[in-house]
Amino acid sequence: MAEAVESPGDPGTTTPRPLMRDLKAVGKKFMHVLYPRKSNTLLRDWDLWGPLILCVTLALMLQRGSVDSEKDGGPQFAEVFVIVWFGAVTITLNSKLLGGNISFFQSLCVLGYCILPLTMAMLVCRLVLLAEPGPVNFMVRLFVVIIMFAWSIVASTAFLADSQPPNRKALAVYPVFLFYFVISWMILTFTPQ
Amino acid sequence: MAAADELAFHEFEEATNLLAQTPNETTTRSDQLSPKGHVAVAMDSGGSYGAEDEVEESDKTVLLQEEKQQPGFWTFGYYQSFFDVDTSQVLDRIKGSLLPRPGHNFVRHHLRNRPDLYGPFWICATLAFVLAITGNLTLVLAQRRDPSIHYSPQFHKVTVASLTIYCYAWLVPLALWGFLRWRKGVRERMGLYTFLETVCVYGYSLFVFIPTVVLWLIPVPWLQWLFGALALALSAAGLVFTLWPVVREDTRWAAGVLLSVVVLLHALLAMGCKFYFFQPLPPEPMASPHQATSQPPATMLPPTLPRSVAA
Repeated sequence: MAEAVESPGDPGTTTPRPLMRDLKAVGKKFMHVLYPRKSNTLLRDWDLWGPLILCVTLALMLQRGSVDSEKDGGPQFAEVFVIVWFGAVTITLNSKLLGGNISFFQSLCVLGYCILPLTMAMLVCRLVLLAEPGPVNFMVRLFVVIIMFAWSIVASTAFLADSQPPNRKALAVYPVFLFYFVISWMILTFTPQ
Repeated sequence: MAAADELAFHEFEEATNLLAQTPNETTTRSDQLSPKGHVAVAMDSGGSYGAEDEVEESDKTVLLQEEKQQPGFWTFGYYQSFFDVDTSQVLDRIKGSLLPRPGHNFVRHHLRNRPDLYGPFWICATLAFVLAITGNLTLVLAQRRDPSIHYSPQFHKVTVASLTIYCYAWLVPLALWGFLRWRKGVRERMGLYTFLETVCVYGYSLFVFIPTVVLWLIPVPWLQWLFGALALALSAAGLVFTLWPVVREDTRWAAGVLLSVVVLLHALLAMGCKFYFFQPLPPEPMASPHQATSQPPATMLPPTLPRSVAA
């Protein structure tokens, strides 16, 4: 099936890629997520560093002081990791099985980078939770999470929807919606102890 | 079989030619060409076929099927054939599962020999997450009434929910399909569904539970039982109406047992989900603190004794 050109980097070279160049590439993609335009940068020069950084940050921030028993607590680090990566892989497989012409790693890249708004929501929630608890506290967090959830969906569909045949767009977009909804739920229900 | 031949259109020959070349292929057929009475006849042949409408379309099908072989199970294309559905088709199948009608066989009318895995997989995923999330929400509501209940995200319930739903939606159809195959070996006249069609039927039948689970948030016990019973009735009716044409050739006793086991398992799933994921709300907090201090034991109701179970 037709796939866009992948750029996996320079495997097998003896000189390591300059760190600054990589960081700049990651930062540029962050900007593309924050201001989603129709551009091919995310797809053409995919990398998985950004998603990894975001996933680790999110998973670390979702940790609580383990006062609760293991059974009843919030998601563990591994659970968040599994949900994000397993979810992204499943959505990618789903998209490819439905006949989309996006490559595996490009799709993972897009889904991973579009977690950025939700990671920012997590930061904001953690800061808001330092203040006094109450219904206002909850409403602020709810509002922020909803806005960032919508932002993630818009950003990812801007990149992913074009790769699907038109009569199956909704089928490919719905799992993305479910994925970010679950992550938003994890962020919203976070309560530090 | 002779009756079917006489009633078939002249393109029937081309369809049989196609089948002779690729015996595992099935051609799609439209509803107008196959009157309901012939459903049983078509199924006995082990594969169903019908006549194409226009000659051009059957020519195109001949060309396509000469080109493509059945891909092996190790190729990606094999699995892609299970996701060969459009948005409108998925929505149509969901509607069909929500409104079961006697004689309106889900497999024949909606699946039409193109079972898909998209519906069952994502309906199960949605149901598992919705169960865990709404179950957690009832804990939030309970904590508002009684602040002594300790709130926690209960994330392990997501794992439990997904394991339960996926095992049910995939292992029970496997058992059912195996059982039906065995019965077909015993009594030749029984029809048969493929494994994927059985999985499809079960997967789509679980869709009605998604809105039901969300409606279970309403903290009125008799309303919760009403919604649950309604969803169970719709879902089980869909299953029974789909399975009836297949099992009615069997002995009465076997057919009855099979259908009641199917309905019973479905009911067990529904009730198990209700009891495990949803806890009953504590009673409304009393207005005066004097009365509240005198009834602390009543606020921590054990989850196994919902007050609403009257009989």
